[in-house]
Amino acid sequence: MRSKSATAAPEIEALIALLAKVPGLGPRSARRAALQLLKKKDALMLPLAAALAEAADKVGACSRCGALDTQDPCALCANPERDDGLICVVAEVGDVWALERAGAFRGRYHVLGGVLSALDGVRPEHLRITALLERASAAGVREVILALAATVDGQTTAHYLAERLQPLNITISRLSHGVPVGGELDLLDDGTLFAALQSRRST
Amino acid sequence: MEWTDHAIVLGARHFGEGKLVAEVFSREHGRYGGVVHAGRKNQPILQAGNVVHCGWKARLSEQLGFFHPLELAEPHATKLLDDATALAGLSSAVALIRGAAAERQAYRQLYDALMVLIEAMPDSEIWPALYTRFELGLLAALGYGLDLTRCAVTGENQGLAWVSPRTGRAATYDAGAPHADVLLKLPAFLVDTQAELQPGDVADAFALAGHFLERRVFDHKGEGMPEARRRLIERLGFAGRL
Repeated sequence: MRSKSATAAPEIEALIALLAKVPGLGPRSARRAALQLLKKKDALMLPLAAALAEAADKVGACSRCGALDTQDPCALCANPERDDGLICVVAEVGDVWALERAGAFRGRYHVLGGVLSALDGVRPEHLRITALLERASAAGVREVILALAATVDGQTTAHYLAERLQPLNITISRLSHGVPVGGELDLLDDGTLFAALQSRRST
Repeated sequence: MEWTDHAIVLGARHFGEGKLVAEVFSREHGRYGGVVHAGRKNQPILQAGNVVHCGWKARLSEQLGFFHPLELAEPHATKLLDDATALAGLSSAVALIRGAAAERQAYRQLYDALMVLIEAMPDSEIWPALYTRFELGLLAALGYGLDLTRCAVTGENQGLAWVSPRTGRAATYDAGAPHADVLLKLPAFLVDTQAELQPGDVADAFALAGHFLERRVFDHKGEGMPEARRRLIERLGFAGRL
């Protein structure tokens, strides 16, 4: 039975409602996306449905690092050419992808699953900290890089982790804060300029 | 309805995709929430502890409203990012305000006390003691102030060394000594600004303020003490500053 307000069949409305929950889409753009999918059923909708089903079936979190992949351990953890002595700690899987895009890191990753947050009630036990401590205490680990956001929550988490990792006697480092590449000083906010001056280095 | 004021940022959380709900603590208007556009400009500003110059507007006063303009006045949070203990102190103070202060009610003295505390945080020697004074100020602002002016038994105003965990009134050392096992210690620096800080004073002050914050404020609300406060005490202990 179609409700008075619904303009399409319940199946289409359900599709629109689900699409509207995808990041980047609102109700209007979900309606447009649904329409496009229905118009291009063979070329777009069915392959998308198959891809979604396959991803839902095969993709899972890596038991070592927490990143997403179709294999466990994930391709990054299984790659023998990566440096086992370096562990880069990130908050979310998206951060792993960002660092991989940059291509600047050849070690292993560890995804915490978020950051400590008083506002959101995220406590240490909600994050993959115990797993990190186990990995960092393994023989051969030389350095843990805390690649967490330059926010109060991100740095609170970084300090907490540094404190927990300290007894392991390994190098603990963090990403530097400051002037972005292509950034002009007069356009930077005061906080970033302060951080940049604090973490200046001799040339 | 609208106002413009300086305010201390208490935090921000995502609201949908392109927006944030920010919470600030202003001197003249108290704790206020409002919607802000998320983005590269606003997210660095909305770090807890930063001081902003903001305008708040809503069609009706009971609406959530939105902040515009929102400009950074003092990047205190950024200055403290590298100091683990100060950052823990900042998070705890902000969590206490968020958890205890009523919305849209001005607490001018509390605002001033929080500002003094945040400005003192780069000085690691003095701020932990100041922090405990801030907590006692919070209790007073909420109407649960302790009476530390004179002894509840003798009426004397010198040599105060204990506080009753039930009434929140002070007692001199001699008057309270027979009940030392049930009384809370009152560090001298909390009653005499000239008193030198002794080892253990900060821990005693945390225990004193924590006892009353828990029983008089957070238990009444059905909430536990903020996790950030527990982490601060742990962090101060780790840094050997309790």
